[in-house]
Amino acid sequence: MRIAVQLEPFDVGAEIEALHARNPAIGAVVSFTGYCRDEGGALATLELEHFPGMAEQALAEIAEAANDRWPLQGVTVIHRHGKLAPGDPIVLVVTASAHRRAAFEAADFLMDYLKTRAPFWKKEHPRDGTSEGRWVDAKAADDQDAGRWS
Amino acid sequence: MKLLYFAWVRERVGTSEESRDLPGSVQTAGELKTWLASIDEGYAYAFEDQAIIRVALDKKLVEDDASLADASEAAFFPPMTGG
Repeated sequence: MRIAVQLEPFDVGAEIEALHARNPAIGAVVSFTGYCRDEGGALATLELEHFPGMAEQALAEIAEAANDRWPLQGVTVIHRHGKLAPGDPIVLVVTASAHRRAAFEAADFLMDYLKTRAPFWKKEHPRDGTSEGRWVDAKAADDQDAGRWS
Repeated sequence: MKLLYFAWVRERVGTSEESRDLPGSVQTAGELKTWLASIDEGYAYAFEDQAIIRVALDKKLVEDDASLADASEAAFFPPMTGG
């Protein structure tokens, strides 16, 4: 299990290779990358605040939960913080399993849980400079998505 | 007790971290929210909708009825919006 909370970008290809590591028991690797949108050209930067210590702990707990639920050969979760620009990668989830279903479902579960349980908050800074920034509201749909797994 | 605030809760109370002595009547996470809301206008604004403010005791998410007895740190923040 690899969990990281970092300022730096991540290398999706390298993370997939590292998780697979030529392990012949692995038949499927699924990866999800979340990117910063430009919101139709309106967004200048996206600021991601996090709770140091708790963020790593929460991601590890979510990864453990996925590991308990599906027969996984490995899990990687990387979440960035700090100031991001449209097009920048924000989050990466990689799951490895003997078969595809477990890898797909575990990746889906990890993203749903991470959105509602990992302590990160997004603030949007508009390109036109009309405001000092706006905190993104949590979506009820995210809670419903997380509820699919209980 | 060590108190931490994040995102717009932090902005509204005007600090990210502080230490406060709690009155004996404050026993749970929910009671702590109510007490903080009474401090001043900024805290009242931060905790105006107490039900949506999440609480973590020693970095674990808890419900409002969680006891503060064994906790050394309480953190308050809006619903998470990562991912």
